[in-house]
Amino acid sequence: MNGHTIFFDKKPRIISTGTVAGPKECAGVVGKYVDMALSDDMFGESTYEKAECKMLTFAIQKAIENAALGEEKIDMLISGDLLNQIISASFAARDFDFPFLGVYGACSTMSESIALAAALINAGYFRKIVAATGSHFSSAERQYRYPLELGTTRPPQSQWTVTGAGGAVLAECGSHIAVTGATFGKVVDFGITDVNNMGAAMAPAACDTILTHLKDTGREPDYYDLIVTGDLGALGSRIVKDLTWEKGVDIQPNHVDCGEIVYKVIEDEFQGGSGAGCSAVVLNSYIYDKLKRREINRVLFAATGALLSTVSSGQGESIPCICHAVSIENV
Amino acid sequence: MTGKNRENYNKNYIAYVNSFAPATHHFKNCLRAFGVGGLICCIGQFFRYMLEYLFGLSGDELAGTVSVLLIFIGTLLTGLGVYDRIGRNAGAGSIVPITGFANSVASPAIEFKTEGWIYGLAAKMFIVAGPIIVYGVLSGTLVGIIYWFLR
Repeated sequence: MNGHTIFFDKKPRIISTGTVAGPKECAGVVGKYVDMALSDDMFGESTYEKAECKMLTFAIQKAIENAALGEEKIDMLISGDLLNQIISASFAARDFDFPFLGVYGACSTMSESIALAAALINAGYFRKIVAATGSHFSSAERQYRYPLELGTTRPPQSQWTVTGAGGAVLAECGSHIAVTGATFGKVVDFGITDVNNMGAAMAPAACDTILTHLKDTGREPDYYDLIVTGDLGALGSRIVKDLTWEKGVDIQPNHVDCGEIVYKVIEDEFQGGSGAGCSAVVLNSYIYDKLKRREINRVLFAATGALLSTVSSGQGESIPCICHAVSIENV
Repeated sequence: MTGKNRENYNKNYIAYVNSFAPATHHFKNCLRAFGVGGLICCIGQFFRYMLEYLFGLSGDELAGTVSVLLIFIGTLLTGLGVYDRIGRNAGAGSIVPITGFANSVASPAIEFKTEGWIYGLAAKMFIVAGPIIVYGVLSGTLVGIIYWFLR
């Protein structure tokens, strides 16, 4: 351990992933890489919450299946989502016969759960852990904003919650993709109160964690082939580059943001995608595939989350944000 | 960083963000709102003429029937998933007319039906329209009182 960063000497591996995404998402970059592309965002369910839960269940099952394992081999599920009381994750967990650890890091849940899973495996307590998360545009919209059918205009700085879920199986061995370290972020709040401008709220958290990670590890940004942020969107991406540049670190050449790349912006997505499913789908499909083919070898995955609720924003509170980073490398 | 320093830092950060955040196009939005809002009102006026001509309605009867027709259309389009598409582009143009009010009642009703007929649909029906009703009635009462004193 150094500063806020821990190093995994046993290098826990990501042995497989499972992903599912909605129709709008599959029109974009992840379309070719997901295990299942939904044509109907209800996924055959009667409510959006049930659909989100089913997507998450599917992602977990698919990840286990892709690892050619039986469910009895899995020791634990670490998962969370955006809905109140993380119902999607908990309800998905009731279908499985292994322990469940519910986590909440808003849209940073994917990196948080991978970091925890890797730490538990590295310590030797567990052998195989599934880390998964997901989100759904319609259920998030209804919880955080307005009913879907209400005719309102979306402000140009807003983002679009990704409909999708992704999961990864971590194990002691069994692949060449290893989680080598993790930097746990601290909560950062620069006073942004505009709930439609998540990118600007989360960018300082991303900047803080990335800089802390580079300082703790003594690495330069070009050590990584990709520095992946979660769902800052186009606006937030620009801010994080500016903020790191201001501190004398240039991440511009290898920075990529899941939210910025996930959609072909054609309608109302504006700044790009957001939501826990955004980084989960992009990491576990597109980026995982690139790592597997060794097209890229070192990735810093820094998913960001905005830790607000409708109550806090209603009371005029600003938006505290967090970012956890995990370094994923080919070994 | 705490206290005053933090505050200043945050203020600078927000100013920096606002310096390049995409601005809302007020003029364009006003223009669209004017067009769509005007069109909805024209449709209302058309109904008015037709009802007067075909059924010989007049006065309160006529006004009431036109409102009911527009509310019906607004609700129907909400149910069909069309009204939110209009609203996304038209903004205030489709919110301000009575069809917008119908949309604001119908949309949460559709959305929260999954939580049951009483605690879902009925209880959540007015989450958007509730404030409009409360402050509408309140300001109406105030104006009424002022009018009463002036008379």
